[in-house]
Amino acid sequence: MNYFELFNLPQGFDIDAAALAETYRELQRAVHPDKFAAASEQEKLLAVSRTAMVNDGFQTLKDPVRRAEHLLALKGVDIRHETQTVRDTGFLMQQMEWREALEDLAQARDPHREIDALYRSFSAFQTDVSARLRQLLQSDTEQDWHTAANEVRKLKFMAKLHQELERAEDNLLD
Amino acid sequence: MAYSEKVIDHYENPRNVGSFDKNDPSVVTGMVGAPACGDVMKLQLKINDAGIIEDAKFKTYGCGSAIASSSLVTEWVKGKSIEEAAAIKNTDIAEELALPPVKIHCSILAEDAIKAALEEYKHKQAK
Repeated sequence: MNYFELFNLPQGFDIDAAALAETYRELQRAVHPDKFAAASEQEKLLAVSRTAMVNDGFQTLKDPVRRAEHLLALKGVDIRHETQTVRDTGFLMQQMEWREALEDLAQARDPHREIDALYRSFSAFQTDVSARLRQLLQSDTEQDWHTAANEVRKLKFMAKLHQELERAEDNLLD
Repeated sequence: MAYSEKVIDHYENPRNVGSFDKNDPSVVTGMVGAPACGDVMKLQLKINDAGIIEDAKFKTYGCGSAIASSSLVTEWVKGKSIEEAAAIKNTDIAEELALPPVKIHCSILAEDAIKAALEEYKHKQAK
């Protein structure tokens, strides 16, 4: 299923969020179960699966990481998050350092300043990765798509770090 | 999700946590990460001139299964030759810890950490 086609959007990493939301509402209305109250069981089932597809399409296109994964899947590149490990030592060292910084927050003299600094570092790193990803996804060569898959994997790590930082922040407020 | 007793034991009393001096020539380091959950694992092996792993240490940021997998691996590799250590499979780790299917990637991570460390060893030997 090509979700870009489903939502009538140009296939690319950058997306018109307003158009996506607008089409989502239209599609939702068209497949709403209430419309099928008098329909046959088969039509009802079809409407339910259409609704699930529309919802999944919206969630996929809305989130940049999932959108990039979908773009790569359409090009025939499987990310294989479950089995493919990352071996980029420099990147992993940086991940370790950030995890250590998160651990040290509880003992920091001014944790809120540290938290702000971490948010800034994370977002600067994510901006860099996203810029490279955007370029790579525009390429026509398979090698670039595999490099793009590596950038997507990095964004997955960053998403996890963000969660951990938010949790650390919540703990400090308690 | 219910963790097995072995996972809980390794998680609560992890073996061989820490680091060796990375400037020690007998120490090699394997760094790997699992994108599925953002886990990061560092495994260090101290390998003597006879090619026997004398000691191992790890540092892992991740879930209980990832920590248990790395802790178990440090116990398993000690005293093994590099060939024996290279033969450790993720399925052995998953079986020993009774990992559920959704946590298999933790055992893959631990296997790949051994491989990464041994690759660095071969790289060093070649010099």
